[in-house]
Amino acid sequence: MEKFEKNLERQLMAMRECYKTGKTKQVSWRRSQLKGLQTFLKEKELEIFRALNLDLGKHYVESFRDEVGLLKKSLNLALKDLNKWMSSRKAKLPIIALLSYAEVVPEPLGLVLVISTWNLPLALSLDPLIGAIAAGNAVVLKPSELAPACSSLLVNFLPNYLDNEAIMVIEGGPATGEQLLEQKWDKIFFTGSAKVGRIIMSAAVEHLTPVTLELGGKCPAVLDSLSWSWDKEVALNRIIGAKYGSCAGQACISIDYLLVEKAFFSTVVELMKVLIKKMYGDSPKESHSVARIINKHHFLRLKNLLTDQMVKDSIVYGGSMDEDCLFIEPTILVDPPLQSKIMTEEIFGPLLPIITLDKIEDSIDFINSKPKPLAIYAFTNNEALRERMVSETSSGSVVFNDAIIQFAADTLPFGGIGESGIGKYHGKFSFDTFSHYKAIARRSFLTDFWFRFPPWSNYKLDLFETVYSYDYFEMLLVVLGLKRSKMRFFIN
Amino acid sequence: MEEIVADELRETFKTGRTRSVAWRKNQLNALLDLVIENEESIFKALHRDLGKDPVESYRDEIGVILKSARYSLSCLDKWVAPKKAELPLLFFPAKGDVLPEPLGVVLIFSSWNFPISLLLDPLIGAISAGNAVLLKPSELAPACLSFLVQNIPLYLDNKAIKIIDGRSEVGEKLLKLKWDKIFFTGSPRVGSLVMAAAARYLTPVTLELGGKCPAIVDTLSSPSKTKVAAKRIVGGKWAPCTGQACIAIDYLLVEEKLAPTLIEVLKKTIKKFYGENIKDLKNISRIVNKHHFQRLHNLLKDPHVAASVVYGGSVNEEKLVIEPTILLDPPLDSEIMTEEIFGPLLPIITLKNLEESIEFINSKPKPLVIYAFTEDEAFKERILSKTSSGTVTFNDSMVQFLCDALPFGGVGQSGFGRYHGKYSFDTFSHEKAVLHRAFFPELEPRYPPWNDFKLRFIRLAYMFDYLGLILLLLGLKKP
Repeated sequence: MEKFEKNLERQLMAMRECYKTGKTKQVSWRRSQLKGLQTFLKEKELEIFRALNLDLGKHYVESFRDEVGLLKKSLNLALKDLNKWMSSRKAKLPIIALLSYAEVVPEPLGLVLVISTWNLPLALSLDPLIGAIAAGNAVVLKPSELAPACSSLLVNFLPNYLDNEAIMVIEGGPATGEQLLEQKWDKIFFTGSAKVGRIIMSAAVEHLTPVTLELGGKCPAVLDSLSWSWDKEVALNRIIGAKYGSCAGQACISIDYLLVEKAFFSTVVELMKVLIKKMYGDSPKESHSVARIINKHHFLRLKNLLTDQMVKDSIVYGGSMDEDCLFIEPTILVDPPLQSKIMTEEIFGPLLPIITLDKIEDSIDFINSKPKPLAIYAFTNNEALRERMVSETSSGSVVFNDAIIQFAADTLPFGGIGESGIGKYHGKFSFDTFSHYKAIARRSFLTDFWFRFPPWSNYKLDLFETVYSYDYFEMLLVVLGLKRSKMRFFIN
Repeated sequence: MEEIVADELRETFKTGRTRSVAWRKNQLNALLDLVIENEESIFKALHRDLGKDPVESYRDEIGVILKSARYSLSCLDKWVAPKKAELPLLFFPAKGDVLPEPLGVVLIFSSWNFPISLLLDPLIGAISAGNAVLLKPSELAPACLSFLVQNIPLYLDNKAIKIIDGRSEVGEKLLKLKWDKIFFTGSPRVGSLVMAAAARYLTPVTLELGGKCPAIVDTLSSPSKTKVAAKRIVGGKWAPCTGQACIAIDYLLVEEKLAPTLIEVLKKTIKKFYGENIKDLKNISRIVNKHHFQRLHNLLKDPHVAASVVYGGSVNEEKLVIEPTILLDPPLDSEIMTEEIFGPLLPIITLKNLEESIEFINSKPKPLVIYAFTEDEAFKERILSKTSSGTVTFNDSMVQFLCDALPFGGVGQSGFGRYHGKYSFDTFSHEKAVLHRAFFPELEPRYPPWNDFKLRFIRLAYMFDYLGLILLLLGLKKP
């Protein structure tokens, strides 16, 4: 461990030296690295699919949809807009600041640490990496050890496509994580649980390192009554996809639970059963289109959510679990007890509790009784309800009539609030999160506000008053001696 | 007691009152009234606490708040409006917006050197963004504290904006509670405590800290420019609270051959602005208290440092005054060169070649501001690209603070986050993404059962290859 630490310190010092040369700030370097990632994704696609299948039992189409395709899109955007992102922005100055010029210019933060997680092990490692590179930083990436095939893939192959002097991938578990957190970073980007998020932020205090924490929470979906059967079917497909389709519900933006009016829940449940079969077949396990649970620990965690008798009794569909395959079939519960773990903790698995309400508007209070989630989903054509959802709840994002898809919109900031996190990324927001926007003010020697300097007098005080209110006319009056100040005080 | 205050603020926030634009404007106007109607009291309080002259107080505190509040009022409608997010055709029909919403109940800590503006300027941001606020001013500026504690409740909505009196123990108790945001101005040491406490609740923080702000002084093309530069250097060192400011010039970097001339011009300027010696000192504030006085006095007690004093150096402990002091090349490992000075002592470090200034600056933690007085455009570009700081200001000092359009904040040890102008609004807001989608059309390829067609569809979709998608759907695309 000590050897590792010494080695690590040496490596990081070398990376800092590399950063100091200014290499990573060059546009050409950033482009070459982003292109390197593009080549990696293209050449190693099969290996990536294999690794994701090994770690999580993901079908390659799901892997493409949720990870590879997303990253390709992200890279295309970064390459397309890089010059625009890097350009300076002029800052408007008041007229009084004659012959002055101000602008804001993004610069990289320096040496940044990206800690990723196991459920989308490629996407959540490389998407932040794209932002960090685009912003011109040197980067250390620590993939999650809980997805070992993917972690190995990144450690073994990524160095062949990227500049190893400035970008390093480190494999390892919690001990490695701790060692990394003891070092000095100019930014830490973390995706994971709130519990570890707190540890990261506490560790960041030592060097006053800014952090972005992409955490989780219980993302609710509100399902209003929809009159058209097309709408109902599409809505439920989207709900099913957002619950069981993305890594079997092990995603920060998966739908955690569903809120439905008492009058409709049985229709909803029946329709869902039909649609689940349509999507996953009679045996979801055999369909290989529902991912596995990542490991025994999480499998047992999910299993335990169902041991409570009252919770077990609330299962209306599914519930079967195969510990050897770490497979849990799509499961629906109706009204498990609200104080049970399945309703108080983030589920992160293919178990969907449906909570019935007297009226759908009650969903707002229900949602507000829990910590702020990463996303709130609401399937409704009721404008009034939509407006109330937006203005009376707080979450990272709100999505109407769909779910998960906001993840693919580069123009929407992706991040949480409160327990669901700090900071945001995707698209230009990724570039921003790894940048420092430096303010630059350029002044001329020719224009000077002589009244800025002592000795002080009432006259100067009057001038300041007019300057601060940008009242140039008043200022002229004062200068011409045509305006007297009101009461004034002791001036030395 | 602190808990009760926090709970009350939360209850008020829940009612939604602070979200209304009318409320926000109303509070900003009330704040303007508070300052305008009590100008004299504010001048008196600042004079009591820091010996500030009314003009300095107006320039650095009152004027700043008036400008800030008026600017926010004029822009508020624009700021609160949702910003449209362009979505790709693939999402059609869809609408994406980024909507700013208040974070909730925020805590603002301010510092003692600008006890009015460093409390009220963040407050303007917090109000504009629609939050409920608890203000904790510094107890080291007691007259200002009293003034604020007395007047804030008289002018502002005291169910939504509260101010708490008390020493640092109160601050510690406040940090144990849950806040939706903490805004802190002060030293890195206390900033760390704030961030550590915030980590418990995953509370986002903005830390406006300090550091040693260097000023590089190059040879200028005319004596008149050197005179202007000298005025601005003196104005950047001693004018703001006698150097007790996070953006005050901490030390100068100058080429050896320029030092003597520069020192002479500086001396002349100091005498003109502030008087010839400590007995006649005027137009300048004093040190805030005995503790800081001792701290500064001790910086001069190091014999090597004392030997480097070329101007000033006299102190008056009773009046807590230290006269403007210039030092020439104190030892680089002395405290005056390793710690933030925050006082009226100006070390001048001479270099053989001014280019070395870049390395010198980079050998220290990233400062809030780097000042550079130079006409060499290439040198300016090198400073910009090879150093890192919150801000860089060329050929002047302090003025960047007044620009509403420039973000004000640090990087590295000088802090993170920023404010002023719209940045204040943003720092107290959460930008919520709102996406509206329709049920028709639906893209079947999103879902299992999986097949190669769907994979190809998704591939083309991620490339926004609409032509390709059409061809694929028409069965006309070869694999």
